[in-house]
Amino acid sequence: MTSAGSGLTLLQTCALSLLVFTGASQFALVGALAAGGSPFTAAAGAFFLGARNAFYGLRLSQLLALPRAVRPFAAQWVIDETAAVSLAQPTRRGARIGFVVTGLSLYLLWNLTTLLGALGAEAIGDTDAWGLDAAGPAVFLALLAPMLRTGTERTVAGLAVLLGLGLLPVLPAGAPVLVAALAAPAVLWAQGRRSTSRGGAPEEDR
Amino acid sequence: MNIWIAIGVTALGCYALKLAGLLVPAGALERPLVRHLAALLPVALLAALTAQQTFSDGQSLVLDARAAGLAAAGVALVLRVPFLLVVGSAVVVTAGVRALGG
Repeated sequence: MTSAGSGLTLLQTCALSLLVFTGASQFALVGALAAGGSPFTAAAGAFFLGARNAFYGLRLSQLLALPRAVRPFAAQWVIDETAAVSLAQPTRRGARIGFVVTGLSLYLLWNLTTLLGALGAEAIGDTDAWGLDAAGPAVFLALLAPMLRTGTERTVAGLAVLLGLGLLPVLPAGAPVLVAALAAPAVLWAQGRRSTSRGGAPEEDR
Repeated sequence: MNIWIAIGVTALGCYALKLAGLLVPAGALERPLVRHLAALLPVALLAALTAQQTFSDGQSLVLDARAAGLAAAGVALVLRVPFLLVVGSAVVVTAGVRALGG
């Protein structure tokens, strides 16, 4: 629904959900395009957000022990939710069932709601008047909140906000988000310098 | 056309990432530094995107009804309500503030 409000057609909105199928990346792509970013800077931001799926896959491939021929098909369903459900199962059988059930039901639901949302957005016209432009940031915030567990994550988030907003007026659209991503390696590097021992995260003083 | 290019590049890139995790032998990406970085990159990106989509209009910074909507979402998150209600509260509050001329 947010994407239809950002100038994507119905077909483009549904294709995005079917082909990309990882929510944060979809919203990031749509947001960057709506802000006037080039297709490549927009895709780069979405790509970095999808990077965590590679790490889910890493743990899932050991757990599920999938045959090589099945892996290219299973890959599309490697997302936050399927990883969370599968990794929580005590047995391999349970993990496989969890992966398939979660993957299938989410894939159907996600794409169905995308279609309905896009149709709905076309029907109501001016999506801003309904406050729908606030849905994107609210989704991001909801995804972000559970990740902010320690001082390290909060420092990274704070630095990224400063970089993202501070550079917005001066850099071309789409670029400030990519620069803000550098907050992650920057904070890691600063921490590595400050403490050589790895017992507990040091208290942050910003 | 530009949008189709962006969709295509994103779809290929995100699929490649998912597949890479399944195909790469365990150990290649298991170094602590790489894992820390992979966990922190989404934090940085999501934080920057949240701020930008709330406080920007094109290339300029603004403070409008969306800030109230995001604050509502923040309160909803603290109260641990379901995901859709979090997003819904942001939408409703933004529309409400806008209707009142905020």
